[in-house]
Amino acid sequence: MSGLRERAGALGALQAVALLIALFLDANLALILFVWFAAWQINIQFSESRTARAMAGRLFVAALFGLTLLLLWEMTVRIYDVPLVILPAPSEIATRFAGSLAILWKDFVQTFVKGALTGYVMGCGAAVLMAIAVDRSPFLQRGLLPVGNFMAALPIIGTAPILVMWFGFGWQSKAAVVVVMVFFPVLVNTVQGLHATERMQRDLMHTYAASYWQSLFKLRLPAAMPFMFNGLKIASTLALIGAIVAEFFGSPTLGMGFRISVSVGQLQLDMVWAEITVAALAGSAFYGAVAFAEKKVTFWHPSQRG
Amino acid sequence: MLRNLAAVLSVIAALVVVWYLAVVPMNMHEALTQAERAGEVIDPPTARERRDIGGLTLLRNNPGYAGGTFSQDRPRLPSPHQVLIELYETTIEKNITSKRSLVYHGWITLSATLLGFAIGTGAGILLAVGIVHNKAMDMSVMPWAIASQTIPILAIAPMIIVVLNSIGMQGLIPKAMISAYLSFFPVVVGMVAGLRSPQISQLDLMHTYSASRAQVFWRLRLPASMPYLFTSLKVGIAASLIGAIVGELPTGAVEGLGARLLAGSYYGQTIQIWAALFGAAILAASLVALIGWVQALTLRKMGMAR
Repeated sequence: MSGLRERAGALGALQAVALLIALFLDANLALILFVWFAAWQINIQFSESRTARAMAGRLFVAALFGLTLLLLWEMTVRIYDVPLVILPAPSEIATRFAGSLAILWKDFVQTFVKGALTGYVMGCGAAVLMAIAVDRSPFLQRGLLPVGNFMAALPIIGTAPILVMWFGFGWQSKAAVVVVMVFFPVLVNTVQGLHATERMQRDLMHTYAASYWQSLFKLRLPAAMPFMFNGLKIASTLALIGAIVAEFFGSPTLGMGFRISVSVGQLQLDMVWAEITVAALAGSAFYGAVAFAEKKVTFWHPSQRG
Repeated sequence: MLRNLAAVLSVIAALVVVWYLAVVPMNMHEALTQAERAGEVIDPPTARERRDIGGLTLLRNNPGYAGGTFSQDRPRLPSPHQVLIELYETTIEKNITSKRSLVYHGWITLSATLLGFAIGTGAGILLAVGIVHNKAMDMSVMPWAIASQTIPILAIAPMIIVVLNSIGMQGLIPKAMISAYLSFFPVVVGMVAGLRSPQISQLDLMHTYSASRAQVFWRLRLPASMPYLFTSLKVGIAASLIGAIVGELPTGAVEGLGARLLAGSYYGQTIQIWAALFGAAILAASLVALIGWVQALTLRKMGMAR
């Protein structure tokens, strides 16, 4: 414990020296540094305290760090008069966000609900069906796994211009890009998951005289769930990326990717940041929803217990 | 090994066959239009009547013209040999300094990828070391590092490019920044898991040797983290390449694989798009394979090979 305090003291001394130097150079810089160091020390103090061990304490430390970043961002932009075209302040972004809720909602529906979500459901569904279809042929699996792994590492996003050419500028082409992007990660994980059962478990199903389908639905699919959800979680991030980037190659006059590229062209960076906020919220919420479903479905798995 | 190879090859062969079969209905409209211009009688006779009829129906009515689908200049779906020929012509036959050489464009993208990957990996490892040794840093930064993986970071790419452009940075650096950003978080998360992978008993042993923190780090934690590091490096390099390609899209860049994709989609040069896509795929596969090779070499030297 004493070693810890010593190191905290050394850090404090370093910070004090930095503050003094900054004070000579530029009073504003010293102010920003002061806020930063103060928040840093609070976080150190708090993370060593007893409350930090509880869930709420952990959330508080993380939230404090986030808020500090926002505050420093706001101060830097205000104090140094950073022009809007380079970096808007968080408050400006919030104002723009609140002022254009209608546009943001329409873009969200176009890109997320129509493009990403439709493609996600279709792509993941097709991948799971495909995995079950090749499940009976070990030969196909041995061939499909390396190819699928290979495809999952490729820049599949590059198919976007081709798919936009085939399916038009509407949401259908975005959904198609998402289908291609999510297909391989889900396929590879599901195929692996279907092998997750142990010999003894399969033998038990055999002694019950269970048919192929019975042992598939009662044993192997449930056992594959942790793997499948791993793929589904990876795919949830890919889906939104695919839908947004596909819009850079052509879209109707709405959608998050369209708005981002147009607003960048008009140097309305506050609008870009507002869209990015929407994308961040939608992305985390989507991932959170999949993770929540995983918790409910695979409650029996060791990683979900305690 | 040989059985696996046979399985992989037959899956690839099946994919190529499906591709060739798909070429016919996809390009049937164009093939019939060309035949009509050449004075042949086709059912139905005009392009306008054929527009709303599916490719398969057209094929059934005019089976004699299927051959024309494999050799068009701007097919909706180029056939595999067309793409191979284009790849050969733009890599082997063209001088590598020529603007039409795929090697030239690939190098532009590769240099941004490698620079960004180096920056992102270096920063990621440093942050991971900080997180493992500093509780406050762990509790503040780690939740954000994990949450940020659920956010479609690629959506920010066009803005980073334009903002850096407006403060006078062009070419390599902005793309490398996006690459760095994309490879950063996988490395942080993987490296933190790796540095924490030594078991309590191993750490206790180091304690009984009265090893300092630096010694524990260099002798135990760092070697133990190597398998984790290489796994995240593979994810990181693939993400870096995607970042560099997407980074070339928004400004209408004139060089790089992304620019080839974009130019191809503007001018309907589908064969060029597919060739650039395959170029990117080959690049990604070689980079991942290269890291896999270094991994096998390093782990064998360290006696950790499985």
